[in-house]
Amino acid sequence: METESNLSVDTNKKRPALTWRGRSDRLAGRLFFIFSVIPVGLVLLIVVMLVIKSWPLLKTHSLWLLLSGQTWKPEEGFFGFWPFIAGTFWVTAAALGLAVPPSLLTAIYLSEYSGRTLRALMKPLLDLLAAIPSVIYGVWGTLAIVPIIQNNLIPFIRQYVGNIPLISSQNSTGFGILAGGIVLAIMIMPFIIAVLYEILDNVPRGLKEASLGVGATRLQTVRWAVLPKVLPGLVAGIVFGASRALGETMAVLMVVGNVAQTPHSLLDAAYPLPALIANNYGEMMSIPLYDSALMTSALILLILILIFNITSALILRRVLGRKWV
Amino acid sequence: MKHRRTRSQLVEAVFKVLMLASFAFVAGSLALILWTIISKGLPALSWAMLTQVPEGGYYLGKGGGILNAILGSLYMAGGGTILALIVGLPIALYLETYLERSAWGAYVRLTLDVLWGIPSIVYGAFGFIFMLAIGMRASMLGGIITLALLELPIMTRAMDEVIRLMPEELEQAALALGSTRLEVAMRVVTRQMLPGLVTAVLLAFGRGIGDAASVLFTAGYTDRLPTSLLRPAASLPLAVYFQLSMPYPEVQKRAYAAALILTLIVLAVSLGSRWVSAKLRKNVVK
Repeated sequence: METESNLSVDTNKKRPALTWRGRSDRLAGRLFFIFSVIPVGLVLLIVVMLVIKSWPLLKTHSLWLLLSGQTWKPEEGFFGFWPFIAGTFWVTAAALGLAVPPSLLTAIYLSEYSGRTLRALMKPLLDLLAAIPSVIYGVWGTLAIVPIIQNNLIPFIRQYVGNIPLISSQNSTGFGILAGGIVLAIMIMPFIIAVLYEILDNVPRGLKEASLGVGATRLQTVRWAVLPKVLPGLVAGIVFGASRALGETMAVLMVVGNVAQTPHSLLDAAYPLPALIANNYGEMMSIPLYDSALMTSALILLILILIFNITSALILRRVLGRKWV
Repeated sequence: MKHRRTRSQLVEAVFKVLMLASFAFVAGSLALILWTIISKGLPALSWAMLTQVPEGGYYLGKGGGILNAILGSLYMAGGGTILALIVGLPIALYLETYLERSAWGAYVRLTLDVLWGIPSIVYGAFGFIFMLAIGMRASMLGGIITLALLELPIMTRAMDEVIRLMPEELEQAALALGSTRLEVAMRVVTRQMLPGLVTAVLLAFGRGIGDAASVLFTAGYTDRLPTSLLRPAASLPLAVYFQLSMPYPEVQKRAYAAALILTLIVLAVSLGSRWVSAKLRKNVVK
């Protein structure tokens, strides 16, 4: 801070006529500083408020039992978050599994193969996909994805595939982890593609040309020269996508089934943390500790996301050599 | 040797097909979503949907429209965007002119990144307990403030990104001529970033108008037109969600129509921002 104000102080001394300019410069600097405290204060305030609201529950229950507990019966005082945490991870994992391969291939295609026209076309396409509100994805999921799973996939699996773990399920509706994962995958693809493309595009041209020059095909160049170099960045980009997926609420809520159970199969219904919060805020005041439990689930979600988000942000900044993710 | 070469070419061809398929998948899913929303929503769309508020028995399939939600959403996203702009613009200017290469600037950027990653449901929960703490009830003002918090990081990042693309010499030339950093911020940077500013504002508006999870707690829902900042206000995403969860097909059809209206607004905002920023680009020194 000290070095910054030198300029204006000097002008003040040498040229009195400019005093007000120097002063307004410094005054504006202070005002700007106050504004810049807002985001920092907001992060702290969110964390502190959630901790305060979660405290009544955390004080009376053991943290380990809360996190690993399987039973969710707020009326009887049982607050086990495990089904919701597991549901969150299942849906996120399904979404990543579906989103990462096509995103990686698309990003490689855009950076190594495609011409300019396609690249220029991709940007508005990804922007539009990212602009569509999550409730619209939810409507699309219920209209297009759920019926296909319910009427085609589940009968097919029951008839031909049988009892394979991770796939077979008692749930005969299409509402479940797979539907949530598909919808979520399409929602996070624009983010992942944009980050992966930028990382791949950042690789020095000379490296690629050297590899092509010794006779490698483009694919071999990507596989042996480019990918090893950008691997940390790719992983960070995927983690970044995961952090977007963890907190997605409305779209997932509308297609995931919302049954408080620990899922064991892709076709089971699940109840991720964001859906828990959104579905129950109405009655949370009528049951003791229920509001505290919902705020605890918001806190758990926030902590998970902060870990994912900050790690990936720090790695991506270094990889891309810039100030923002 | 010849055998190996053909094999690697085969692998190359296979992967190329896979990549093109992935690209088609991404583009196709956008087309599929739009097609589903339009084909389901268009038949249900009517003039009454756009111009009336829900009448008694609306949620059982009787007459009315969702003007309350359309106006509520426009007001709340508009108000939130203005608030976010008031806070976000000084931050973006400060980061670029005063805080170039400073530790505090890095912290502020990191926290904005963190804020950007916080899901809207957490903003909603936070807004709700904050309003409880100061004795406010679910209201349009609560929705506006929560949306402003949600939009702030989106907008500031977008503005900062534009400022960063500015030629650095321009700023240095102004400083060398004796301008203060404030003058650089107000006269050089602001003009240069105008097209980007419009993009950032519209981007944040589009994100705000589509967000349901944050206004669910803070703005509530009502069948009346939004008239007061201190009363609850309806919003389009929640209109879609609530109507879709009704068991009556007539009401569900209206959810599709509401979804179509919301999609059209968001697409218009997204495409409009491209058009406007292209128009304004002529004021910019490259």
